[in-house]
Amino acid sequence: MPYPEEMCAPMRAELTQIGFEELRAADDVAQFMDGATGSAMILFNSVCGCAAGNARPAVALAIGNEQKPDRVATVFAGQDVEATEKVRSYFPDVPPSSPSIVLMKDGQITHYVPRHMIEGRDPQTIANALVGAFAELAGTGEAAAEK
Amino acid sequence: MGTFHDNLGALHGITVVVELTDGGVIVGRCHEATDEQVLLHDADVHHEADGELSRADYLKRAAQWGVFAKHKSLRVAGDQVTQITPLGQIEAN
Repeated sequence: MPYPEEMCAPMRAELTQIGFEELRAADDVAQFMDGATGSAMILFNSVCGCAAGNARPAVALAIGNEQKPDRVATVFAGQDVEATEKVRSYFPDVPPSSPSIVLMKDGQITHYVPRHMIEGRDPQTIANALVGAFAELAGTGEAAAEK
Repeated sequence: MGTFHDNLGALHGITVVVELTDGGVIVGRCHEATDEQVLLHDADVHHEADGELSRADYLKRAAQWGVFAKHKSLRVAGDQVTQITPLGQIEAN
């Protein structure tokens, strides 16, 4: 059952204020995903403590980096149910998890940070991992250099 | 850091691997872990004999991707549990 919107609004604003596009309906998701090119990040937002204390601060730190995905978006799991299901339908082999973070290139998932990799990790640690993944997406990271 | 429900123990809200005396493992979000019982939410159970994956491969996959929950809630008696480990501490590779 969704939480009251007045409780969730600040959790949404925390992301939209730093440039995240909020996908609130299935149509929003389709527009974001279909025919996507370039790099993108989607945060599955959540009302839980590890979204508040870890995931949202981590993505905020990460997108402060010079190298970052071309587009960043968020969908609110448990609140915007249809939109969340729609995003997940693009990655049927990935178990649902929230909060979680998906990185994509040309619409294909390249990195996934499920909830258990967010729990108990401080935002800077998660952000550092994301920044490393951003570099890989851009072809300048360690893994890219080894290829 | 789990959540702010300090009365439910350090693992409350954390996704854990529960190892069982019969060799099975359960992955789920811990609600409460006491000597008497472990209560998990959004849990999946793996027994090597039932699955296509070995226990080691199952845990590697779980560590990388998480699990598809097959049980909304699952209660395990404490005497069936041999170890509880946060899934985030399991190596994915």
